Amino acid sequence: MRIPCPCCGWRDRREFTYYGHETFLHRPAPDAGAEAWDDYLHNRENPAGPTRDLWYHDPCGSWVVVARDTVTHAVAGGEGLA
Amino acid sequence: MSGGWRIPGRGAEIDRARPLRFRFDGRDMEGFAGDTLASALMAAGVRVVGRSFKYHRPRGVMTAGAEEPNALVEVIEGPQQTPNVRATVQELYGGLQARSQNRWPGLSFDALAVNDFLHPFLGAGFYYKTFMWPRQFWERVYEPLIRRAAGLGSLSGRADEGEYEKAYAFCDLLVIGAGPAGLMAALRAGRAGADVILAEADTQLGGRLLADLPEIGGQGARDWLAGVRAELAALPNVRVMTRTTVTGAHDGGTYGALERVGLHLADPGDLPRECFWRIVAKRAVMATGALERPIAHPGNDRPGVMLAGAIPAYVNRWGVAPGRRVVIFGNNDSALSAARALTAAGIEVAACVDPRPEAAVLEEFPVYRAAQVVGTRGRMGLHTVQVRHAGGLSEVQADVLGLSGGWNPTLHLACHMNGRPQWDDRIAGFVPREGMVRGLTAAGAAAGRFSTSQCLDDGARAAGEALAAMDMAAPEVTPPAAEDAPYGIAPFWAVDARGRAWLDFANDVTTKDVAQAALEGFASVEHMKRYTTQGMAPDQGKNSNTAALAVLADATGQSIPETGTTTFRPPFVPVSIAALGAGARGKGFAPERRLTSDAQTRAMGAPMIEAGLWYRPSYFPRAGETTWRESCDREVTMVRGAVGVCDVSTLGKIDVQGPDAGRYLDFLYTGRMSSLKPGRIRYGLMLREDGHVMDDGTCARLGEGHFLVTTTTAAAGQVMRHMDFVQQGFCADWALRFASVTEHWAQFALAGPKARDLLNTLLDQPVSAESLPFMACQPVSMAGVRGRLFRISFSGALGYEVAVPARYGAALFARLVEGAEALGGGAYGMEALNVMRIEKGFITHAEIDGRVTAFDLGMQRMVSAAKDCIGKPASERPGLMEDGRGQLVGLRPVDPSDAIDAGAPLYTAEAPARAASWQGHVTSAGYSPTLQGWLALGFLAGGRARHGEVVRIHDALRGRKLMARVCDPVFLDPEGRAMRG
Repeated sequence: MRIPCPCCGWRDRREFTYYGHETFLHRPAPDAGAEAWDDYLHNRENPAGPTRDLWYHDPCGSWVVVARDTVTHAVAGGEGLA
Repeated sequence: MSGGWRIPGRGAEIDRARPLRFRFDGRDMEGFAGDTLASALMAAGVRVVGRSFKYHRPRGVMTAGAEEPNALVEVIEGPQQTPNVRATVQELYGGLQARSQNRWPGLSFDALAVNDFLHPFLGAGFYYKTFMWPRQFWERVYEPLIRRAAGLGSLSGRADEGEYEKAYAFCDLLVIGAGPAGLMAALRAGRAGADVILAEADTQLGGRLLADLPEIGGQGARDWLAGVRAELAALPNVRVMTRTTVTGAHDGGTYGALERVGLHLADPGDLPRECFWRIVAKRAVMATGALERPIAHPGNDRPGVMLAGAIPAYVNRWGVAPGRRVVIFGNNDSALSAARALTAAGIEVAACVDPRPEAAVLEEFPVYRAAQVVGTRGRMGLHTVQVRHAGGLSEVQADVLGLSGGWNPTLHLACHMNGRPQWDDRIAGFVPREGMVRGLTAAGAAAGRFSTSQCLDDGARAAGEALAAMDMAAPEVTPPAAEDAPYGIAPFWAVDARGRAWLDFANDVTTKDVAQAALEGFASVEHMKRYTTQGMAPDQGKNSNTAALAVLADATGQSIPETGTTTFRPPFVPVSIAALGAGARGKGFAPERRLTSDAQTRAMGAPMIEAGLWYRPSYFPRAGETTWRESCDREVTMVRGAVGVCDVSTLGKIDVQGPDAGRYLDFLYTGRMSSLKPGRIRYGLMLREDGHVMDDGTCARLGEGHFLVTTTTAAAGQVMRHMDFVQQGFCADWALRFASVTEHWAQFALAGPKARDLLNTLLDQPVSAESLPFMACQPVSMAGVRGRLFRISFSGALGYEVAVPARYGAALFARLVEGAEALGGGAYGMEALNVMRIEKGFITHAEIDGRVTAFDLGMQRMVSAAKDCIGKPASERPGLMEDGRGQLVGLRPVDPSDAIDAGAPLYTAEAPARAASWQGHVTSAGYSPTLQGWLALGFLAGGRARHGEVVRIHDALRGRKLMARVCDPVFLDPEGRAMRG
């Protein structure tokens, strides 16, 4: 599996650390309530098909949102956060 | 039997001028350079090369390729012993030593051959039915018994000392297989300028052309091949990799491949034995050819029974005759071609047996049409073939029987990503579907197109399509003219006659076993496979899968497509674990991070312990000290009484700068860092967003917009990743930058009542207790070298940490140690550091193990109520603030002579040591020479309210039982007078 890093181009997945679904980018307000925080922290879809998740490119320090398909394993692309 | 098996004028691949001596089962033999072990054994007249898996029946060479089920041998090279090597692909070299397998005491007499007479009791599922009762016999009697009888080859029991490599390659087009289709594909793509890798498992390019020698473009096959080889070699954009088997198709156009680099050489020099490649290709052409399948008839496993197509391979490639009189039994036209080729080579074809009633009979050899082979004779080698035909039963004298049940496209790679092939009636076999592996196209025989002409055309087509898909120009090519005979076949799998008919030779599975499986309800193909073990031997069913399916389909009354296939998984051929793990033996390529004080530390005799990739001193032994405890106790006492020096450079250091740096650190840490004054330091906790503690450390404000934060050694990488995430994900527009400076600075802790005295011997401008108070920092210079001074303490003693650019680290450490020793102190290591931080109740990752909250640590007041931070909302969930949670406590043995181990579980004093009365666990423990006893930290349910209570420690793992009194986790100087003084 290879992942496009916005700084370094397509790189082997062994250079990346996986975090989770891009949901982690949508942090609720501190007072959003237990349910919103529970959803943010724990509740995830388990899609068969396209998904977007977060990978960290250890050599350059870039976080990447990777668009990939859990069925075909195809990696469609990646974007930096910043 | 020696000599006489070579055919003069045949065998283009052997060099008769270069004889090679080798040993098989202790006998010295001779072959030629270019031989395989199988062809050399055949030339030496060896017919029995192994014993079968279950019935220990004598077996001979059956194929001429990697699919060989019978001729599995052990190859011995010094201490190295490789089992289950297929003799058909083992290249001969001078001094090769091989041994047959699965026989005792020898090949010609094997004690376990008694199994063959017991066969009525040893059918499919025998183990499952027999070794059931009595139950207690399983572990003591049955399992050891079965283990002894099971398996084929054996290992030396020693570690593999061979060199292996792994490597990566990238290309536009990967062509897998260099038969006619693969060669045309590589030629066309190569001429078009594409970056091509042509991988061929064999030692030579050519595939089936080498065995069949058809005419191509008016030339002999070998002449045509020589031209193609030369053209490919001249193309700089084409890499030809022979001896390289593509073993798997994986995601993203990645293919695994095993190259035999030095394995075939008597003296490989510096060459690795094997290299495992990961090849990333934009497109791939699977030109892997086809594998011939045998026919199941009674007695089809005798030495001398082979695949029909393998016979011309031995004749034409290695100039060796597998026998003197051959019977061919086949249901398709390729069997006839093989018979004709043998006749042309001067080998007598005694009969050609064809079950098809319409088979042509006008040949130079007798043809029995609508006939079948119903039996064979000859225990250690075939001598008679029984043929049933319209006229009755004939006995034909023959020492070789060539079987051809048709050809299966070698489509394994196409199935590696879960794709299922489709049944093609035209060839009575499975063919790959388009798109089973993205970017991979089958061509030639692998796609079910069998004639030489079809293969050449199809290879050119596949390359053209691949080039077009890559938007590369594909100049037209005209494949040369070649044989284009139609391939006629009538499905025929198993002869209906009395006697055992083998399907899977390697695992001794017969047609009866498959029928039995169906009868007992194991009618799904995956169940049948596991019940009978068909397809589970080293050949992975390459010879037997389709026929076994056909027999199962017959037994269940279904069609073959309805029955389906089992799943093909990588690797296509066995891959040594050593090749997959190349570079990872022992420490492998793991980097070592060494302190600037490393050389002196080792010179002082300190044993090193690993901390992540770092190496840190455990303790510094002195004359007369015989145990680590003596050194550790002395070092602790030294720090508490005088001064100690410790290299703390491994702590992560992250330099944070910018107008928004303070705001950013406020968001990152539970406490407020923006209110810190320049020149001051604050202790900080970082939480994960789920509310648990991630790490702790200090944050020093070096200037208005300049902070230096430290992390623990273990979590430095995780913290950096976290800081990058928070910054890039939540505050990318804030004005700040940060970078890890861990390696840039060498940092040393000076601890003990004389720490300041030691420090002032080095500073150009001395400091006093007042000029640099506790938790303050300032720039300093030592002999003109500019550094940083932090007044912090991880030991609870008066303490400083002094940092200099890493290039001055070794010199500073030497001065510090020398100065400390002059003051009655010295260097101390991790053991003493650990004891002292336990005395003070300071936490490490032994405590913050990922399940612990600030509340559990008694640090809830460090989570600022006035601001948000990562992890704060979740840390306030009721479940994370319950009184019953494990809370950090101190523990001391009630009996002062008792010791405590980290990891030991805690129970209430009255309750038994059972899971139900579990109360927590010990996280850290050590002997304190200061307090003359063992101290421990741990988490105890509701522990903060239980100080003074006695709990039971029952460490069943280490067999230690004691009672301990719960106390505050700070054992020493709770007011912090020493470090503030």
